[in-house]
Amino acid sequence: MLTFIVQRLFQAVLVMLVVALVAFSLFRFVGDPVATMLGQEATVADREALRDRLGLNDPIAAQFGRFVVNAAQGEFGISYRLQQPVLELILERLPATLELAFVSGVLAFVFGVVLGIYTALRRDGVLSNIIMTTSLIGVSLPTFLIGVLLIWVFAVELQWLPSFGRGEVVDIGGWKTGFLTVNGLQSLILPAITLGLYQMTLIMRLVRAEMLEVLRTDYIKFARARGLTDRAINFGHALKNTLVPVITITGLQLGSIIAFAIITETVFQWPGVGFLFINSIQFVDVPVMAAYLIFIALVFVTINLIVDILYFVVDPRLRVERSTGGG
Amino acid sequence: MKRPALGLAAALIAGGFLATAASPAAMAETLRWARSGDALTMDPHSQNEGPTNTMHHHIYETLVTRDNDGVLIPRLATEWSIKEGDPTTWVFELRQGIKFHDGADFTAEDVVFSINRVLEDTSDFKGLHAAVEGVTAVDDDTVEIKLSGPSPLYPNNLTNTFMMDKGWAEANNVTKPQDFANNEESFAVRNANGTGPYRLDSRDPGVKTEMSYFDGHWDDKPDVTKIIYTPIKENATRVAALLSGEVDFVQDVPVQDIERLSGTDGIKVTRGPENRTIFFAYDMASEKLRSASVDDNPFTKPEVREALALALDREAIQKVVMRGESIPTGVQMPPFVNGWTEELDKYEAPNTDRAKELLAAAGYPDGFSVDLNCPNDRYINDEAICQAFVGMLARVGVTANLVSQSKTLHFPLIQNRETDFYLLGWGVPPFDSSYIFNFLVHTKGDALGGWNGSGYSNADLDTKIKAIEIEVDLEKRNAIIAEIWDQIQEDRIFLAVHNQVLAYAMKDNISIAVDPENQAEMYFTKVE
Repeated sequence: MLTFIVQRLFQAVLVMLVVALVAFSLFRFVGDPVATMLGQEATVADREALRDRLGLNDPIAAQFGRFVVNAAQGEFGISYRLQQPVLELILERLPATLELAFVSGVLAFVFGVVLGIYTALRRDGVLSNIIMTTSLIGVSLPTFLIGVLLIWVFAVELQWLPSFGRGEVVDIGGWKTGFLTVNGLQSLILPAITLGLYQMTLIMRLVRAEMLEVLRTDYIKFARARGLTDRAINFGHALKNTLVPVITITGLQLGSIIAFAIITETVFQWPGVGFLFINSIQFVDVPVMAAYLIFIALVFVTINLIVDILYFVVDPRLRVERSTGGG
Repeated sequence: MKRPALGLAAALIAGGFLATAASPAAMAETLRWARSGDALTMDPHSQNEGPTNTMHHHIYETLVTRDNDGVLIPRLATEWSIKEGDPTTWVFELRQGIKFHDGADFTAEDVVFSINRVLEDTSDFKGLHAAVEGVTAVDDDTVEIKLSGPSPLYPNNLTNTFMMDKGWAEANNVTKPQDFANNEESFAVRNANGTGPYRLDSRDPGVKTEMSYFDGHWDDKPDVTKIIYTPIKENATRVAALLSGEVDFVQDVPVQDIERLSGTDGIKVTRGPENRTIFFAYDMASEKLRSASVDDNPFTKPEVREALALALDREAIQKVVMRGESIPTGVQMPPFVNGWTEELDKYEAPNTDRAKELLAAAGYPDGFSVDLNCPNDRYINDEAICQAFVGMLARVGVTANLVSQSKTLHFPLIQNRETDFYLLGWGVPPFDSSYIFNFLVHTKGDALGGWNGSGYSNADLDTKIKAIEIEVDLEKRNAIIAEIWDQIQEDRIFLAVHNQVLAYAMKDNISIAVDPENQAEMYFTKVE
């Protein structure tokens, strides 16, 4: 088990180094940061001097090496755009993204599972068909459009919910939370739905498919033959067996919710890390872009690691196979 | 697990349905202001950039400023003049009894300190003050600025040069603007101490900035006593925030929403010309183009440049691309710039047949193809303007391949002269033609011609451009400016398209004048 984890950690570091290297070789295609950092009056000499000061004239390999050495010491530099330490910028915005991701994850999971079970059990019901058809919207409409539509209906026409921002936040030891104010909770609703709709549809369809599969198996038939109640069969046996793959997928999706909150955060002016990243790209804010990509790689690597370990713990078959395989 | 989670979701939804999001009618004195971007820093000398300068104008003040017609008026300086007997020195008389937000007195020493800070390596404003040789405080209320030569228009360069408190800067170790090579955040990035009408209450970069009226300010008390500034990047969301009543004033109104907002009850839209001209330019120097289908450089031939001008249908671009929100022009400067005349502003009617004849005469009966470089995130509908022009060029036989990309990739092409044919927009903050000549017309060198992407070089014009920098006789100076413009028009260095128009949208009871430099001023805002 320990060897397994150490091996995984080693791979994780390797993955992050590769991500950083790929990111660095891509940065020069994003543009020239000096073009946006200096006003239009800057002379050729000014630009050259700044480029020199920032070390942008060095070869990519040298820039990459410097970044890795500094990053290893927890030093990610100063943002070209906001002139604040990058690490601080990301940590400051992380709560916004995590809270949004958490709420949309919960919404997606709860509604996905409930609707999935319902449509599986009432396969031919009218409501099931309606749900299945409308769920196509969640899969096919782009996030951007869903966000704008929700803003239009709930903020402009009905004026029930705010159209942008996080509302009032409460600072608890540096973690700014929107969970503790009415306004903060209201502000969460539209972005959380926008971000979670796709995942919800995905989970719902997965649960439905898995459930239908399980309901066809022999042990369900035997259970019915034994005369167990529908309730016991559906929720006690079928659902439990359905949830194993669902939990795996949900875990992995949580990573994508954090990483791909970029569009939702932009539409709702949500002050999270995704929004920081998109603004940084437009400014060619290399230090922030590099740190963000490393961070996202870290999120995925960590979640994968946890999922791997959970497999190991949850599924006895894996352990058995490993120990026999390992001799 | 299912039930409590459902309960939470239900509570969230119920909370949203019961309470309404729109806050109670805003109190008259608070103004909630939304714009697409935030100020980048509170350090007044670190970034010479639109939204940053706009915010600084509320907190900090300059020696001189402009009214909405572009005329220079007093601010912290009450009078300024060239020193008697020394044409290279400007003398500024300062307003008396001015206080900084922290209570310190504003004196000539602060002006000396601020100008010197602007001259630092890490300042983004040093280009405007390149001619400054020294600043001295003659007494508490008088400052002399010594320049390397006579500079009759130097005060024009001071409209965005903000005055800081020397004592405050020294106490907080911010005597130089932020250095990016140094990995520490400067105190001035998030804190401010100016003499302006508003003091900085709180700042959450990219989220919200709050300012309130500074009652020690020297001028009349404004209608707006509290400002809540929220950047909203996405066009649709920004407009929605105004429609839903969450903000009172939107500064960057997307062209496509102007009409709808004007027709909405309780909302009005004000428009005004912006100090920015959009134009096309081309490589006029290389022997062979980088991307053309022909072996020479068609743009070096006057017939070809004339043909391009005849292919451009400015009014079609105004009508279709800009939805009427632009002012077509034949010269590369907006009307309020010194040197502008109605004669220069005129443009030829498009003429496809004549353009084809000219191309044939120049040796391209079948036209040619070339890449057209265009930004897609800098000017209003920039990419769409290029697309429209590509269509117009096709009609005369020129195949332009549109390469549109972010400004961060586009601008270096122009600065490094790596483009054959490009679109650019140019604003003129000092409101004088010399600013255009220095950057776009003068032969590219270390100090001048930094944005001359065409490689145009005319020794006679270079001499004249240098001459107007030091010509003290304004009549003589204006005559030289007119000569330079005539040459520019004759050589067709620029193919001007239009001047941009700004639109501000606000609640009915608010009146905010459109500023040509897009520096909206809450201080002068009227609230009924």
